[in-house]
Amino acid sequence: MSVLLSPDDLRSVALTLELAALSTAVLLALTLPLAWWLAHTRSQWRTPIAALAALPLVLPPTVLGFYLLLFWGPDGWGGQLTQWLGLGRLPFTFAGLVLGSVIYSLPFALQPLLHAFEQIGRRPLELAAMLRASPTDAFFSVALPLARPGILTAAVLSFAHTVGEFGMVLMLGGNIDGQTRVVSTQIYGHVEAQEYGQAHALAALMVAFSFAVLLYLQWSRAAKARGAP
Amino acid sequence: MNFTSLFFSHRTLWALAALWMLGMHGAGSAAEVQVAVAANFSAPMQKIAAAFESQTGHRVRTAVGSSGKLATQIKAGAPFDVFLSADSQTPLTLEADGLSVAGSRFTYATGRLALWSRQADLVDAQGAVLRKGNFSYLAIADPRLAPYGAAALEVLKSLGLWPSLQARIVQADSVGQSYQFIASGNAELGFVAWAQVQAPPQTGSVWLVPANLHAPLRQDAVLLQKGKSNPAAQAFLPFLKSPQAQAIILSYGYAIDP
Amino acid sequence: MSGPHILRLALQLERPAFRLRADVQLPGTGITVVFGQSGSGKTSLLRCVAGLDRPDQAHIAVHGQVWQDDKQGVFLAPWQRPVGYVFQEASLFPHLDVRANLHYGLRRAKDADPAALHEAIALLGIGNLLARDVAALSGGERQRVAIAAALALRPGLLLLDEPLAALDAPRRQEIMPWLERLRDQVRIPMLYVTHSVDEVARLADHLLVLSQGQVQASGPVSQVLAGLQPPIALGEDMAAIFSATVQARDPRWQLMQVQFGDASLWIKDGGQPLGTAVRLRLWARDISLARSRASDTSIQNLLPATVAALLPDAHPSQVLVQLQCGGQGLWARITARAAQALELQVGSAVWAQIKSAALVG
Repeated sequence: MSVLLSPDDLRSVALTLELAALSTAVLLALTLPLAWWLAHTRSQWRTPIAALAALPLVLPPTVLGFYLLLFWGPDGWGGQLTQWLGLGRLPFTFAGLVLGSVIYSLPFALQPLLHAFEQIGRRPLELAAMLRASPTDAFFSVALPLARPGILTAAVLSFAHTVGEFGMVLMLGGNIDGQTRVVSTQIYGHVEAQEYGQAHALAALMVAFSFAVLLYLQWSRAAKARGAP
Repeated sequence: MNFTSLFFSHRTLWALAALWMLGMHGAGSAAEVQVAVAANFSAPMQKIAAAFESQTGHRVRTAVGSSGKLATQIKAGAPFDVFLSADSQTPLTLEADGLSVAGSRFTYATGRLALWSRQADLVDAQGAVLRKGNFSYLAIADPRLAPYGAAALEVLKSLGLWPSLQARIVQADSVGQSYQFIASGNAELGFVAWAQVQAPPQTGSVWLVPANLHAPLRQDAVLLQKGKSNPAAQAFLPFLKSPQAQAIILSYGYAIDP
Repeated sequence: MSGPHILRLALQLERPAFRLRADVQLPGTGITVVFGQSGSGKTSLLRCVAGLDRPDQAHIAVHGQVWQDDKQGVFLAPWQRPVGYVFQEASLFPHLDVRANLHYGLRRAKDADPAALHEAIALLGIGNLLARDVAALSGGERQRVAIAAALALRPGLLLLDEPLAALDAPRRQEIMPWLERLRDQVRIPMLYVTHSVDEVARLADHLLVLSQGQVQASGPVSQVLAGLQPPIALGEDMAAIFSATVQARDPRWQLMQVQFGDASLWIKDGGQPLGTAVRLRLWARDISLARSRASDTSIQNLLPATVAALLPDAHPSQVLVQLQCGGQGLWARITARAAQALELQVGSAVWAQIKSAALVG
């Protein structure tokens, strides 16, 4: 009688959470300045860049993973670049998955942030300037606090999206224990091998986790609306 | 008499319809067989299907996938008539569940394992490259999911190389993906089906793994319950044993049971 | 005469549907009201002075410091300009409470003086609001906090962009006394943008009138309103606005006498101590003219004046008569027929019969 959640499975859960957390952090660091620029620029580059950033929304993840595999392989420009930089190659590595997740979840982080910054408008920033705050100062002391709900939404969406990532990991991961063996491919593998009990157990764990996160989010939003500090 | 009235006269219409129906069904009443076939066998299957169609007039529809996935679908009621697995275990489980026709199971091909690299000088004819270890990644199919992956694992273990190479193994979800990892150069070498590097012949270097290093890769076919009363399905399985089909199977690098 | 000019403003702004051209020098004390209808460019002018909008060509210098000079490539960024700005709405940070809003600028200004903040809080009477959230303030309270936040930085110039426009009438009345206190007690020059004639009357020391992006007039308020080039009507009627001093009091009849130049008027007693300066507004419709001093009339304010100009009014039956009286320019509106009957011409000596005079502010 095998234990429903093997050490292998539990490690995949830990790895998935690590992947999602790191990808979310990287994504926020990238998209905050990008969203800021998009919200305020009058450059002619705004439209093409916004469209490019939305591209991962329409790409099937499997397609994205496949082309990343080729691009970062020894024949692709990306692979040649990483090798030339002494970084080795990205496929089959945790770093490769993080990078892939960042690309894949980019629109999910960018859209809420862009919306939040656009909602803030110019007035609070003009007010900050009239109170001697430089634009960088205003970004940190005014824009970020006012955008906090949007930032939270962006973080949660990116995190959840990365946890659910499958097609891209399947193409790019190589299923290496402790490196690229994530929950979604584990569940898939259990189903393929007709180990339905384990598939159910893992899936139930992930659903419960996601539900708990969303429940907490809703609760904290309601508390804020009620006026709790 | 003008062209239009010739074209659309009732007699002409009926004649055309009769011709069309004859063409569709060929000799006798023609049926359609739905075949679920393991990924590694998809290339030979195409040729066999074409031969079967021209010989019998029955139509063949193939669904390609990993044996595990196909079996799951069959258990969930997928409408296949015949199942060509990549192993002998999976059809057994279907038999145990009563989803296949008893007595219909037989080995249609025996596969061979190959160690392949797209680099011309990497893999030697004795597979010593595995001991040399001058590579970062070795691709195999997931042993749980694919018989060729299980066979590859067996080979590594029987050669005593599993502990040292374990960290460099990348697992593909099928032998097809294993091939892709190697073909794209992301894995310098890896285990694939011999058939995959035979037809069409691939460049690079290859080691045909001796069959005694792993359990035989018997690939079994079964008639599924849905196909029990399907004349096309009933005709297909014997056709697999015919000299014509066997020639095709051999040409793709598989062995046939004597 | 006003103090030394401190704000030299020459700017040009061209946008697809709008154009602004101004070339003025504004004084270093008191409130300069920038008056105009919507679309006249008054807010754009203010924003250009603050650096929030960038005109195409400009020379802006305050207290001798050049803030912008496109010919020499000088542009002082808005957060570097020693200016205070009160916005019409959304004038505070919603994510900070009142105290944090007031301290925001202080923590960033190089020469911040906490004493200035205490003075500002006392001046605007907001000491009891410090712990409140911005959302819990009324419109008037919000604007008072915003003014205090700007004053706390001891700016060289205070800019107010229609600070009362977003308030309803009761809130406007509530905040007006605080603005008058501001005018009386703060030594910082102010540029106050408005389209309200009432605010001009109550607050303006100097007046800059804009119309369709062009400066129509600029100078001390009484001169601008009394002037002829062109005659400026801010509201529905011409009015004269000027200062007078409380001279005497008649407690029996609840009247007080105010003096300007060699002329004086008896008006309703407002309680101001003797010697206080007050502002008067005299509407043209409230002044009629006579050749001789009437004796049995209810109008008791009868002042000798000289006709300075006769202007056609909007309707051909009316004329506007510009008068000199007590050193001030006044306006009277009479019928053209009456003007002819009285044989009025430039230089004629008349008696101005002032039916109603009111204090503003």
